[in-house]
Amino acid sequence: MAEKPEDLNLPNAVITRIIKEALPDGVNVSKEARRAISQAASVFVLYATSCANNFALKAKRKTLNAGDVMAAMEEMEFERFLEPLRAALEVYKKGQKGKKEVSEQKRKEKKQADGEHEKNKEDEEGEDEEEQRMEEEPEEGEEEVEN
Amino acid sequence: LSGENLAKKTISLPISRVRLIMKSSPDVSSINQDALFLTTKATELFVQHLALSSFNNGCGKETNSLSYSDLAKTAEESETFHFLTDILPKKILARDYLKSLEQMQEEDADF
Repeated sequence: MAEKPEDLNLPNAVITRIIKEALPDGVNVSKEARRAISQAASVFVLYATSCANNFALKAKRKTLNAGDVMAAMEEMEFERFLEPLRAALEVYKKGQKGKKEVSEQKRKEKKQADGEHEKNKEDEEGEDEEEQRMEEEPEEGEEEVEN
Repeated sequence: LSGENLAKKTISLPISRVRLIMKSSPDVSSINQDALFLTTKATELFVQHLALSSFNNGCGKETNSLSYSDLAKTAEESETFHFLTDILPKKILARDYLKSLEQMQEEDADF
């Protein structure tokens, strides 16, 4: 998978917006500070992923799940995130449920049309991975392991 | 559909980009959708937390600004942000660096 270095960075416009919303009005944020925060955010993702993955491996799972991420936050001493994360996840799941009903309907129609199997290889979290494919961006399946 | 729009409003960062970063981590096979969402949301919370902590803790408060040095200071002084010290090193003046280089060379010369 050839990735440009920029792909591991988060979009500057969004980062800037989040920073501005967090700070009191009128605070001037230097370009250098913005870039540094963006890089810090990428490092945060890597650190959180690695931490969460340890929990998954300990439980002998190959798929990272919500519990692993929450455990990682605690491990990293970001307990303050846990409540807002739980609340946000609830809202997200409700939205996904509506989406899933729509996509299941479409999938039923498609199956009848071309009779193909869309069974994925992971034994767990199958539902969620099928939802993944319904994401706006066309992404490759979760089965790939090579990085 | 309104539920879906509401869910979209809970995050601003693109999930696909966060997923890319996560997949670049070694030993990660697959990530379930909820975990992906949570990581994205957590990253946003992190950005807010880092920005605000650095601002409150830093030297820019008098001038109502947030600069790189505020971030570097926070990374060094705060336990929770300590993992960032490698990417947010404190900057030193070139002349101070050269001075310390000279000192090190003098010490080596003693051997």
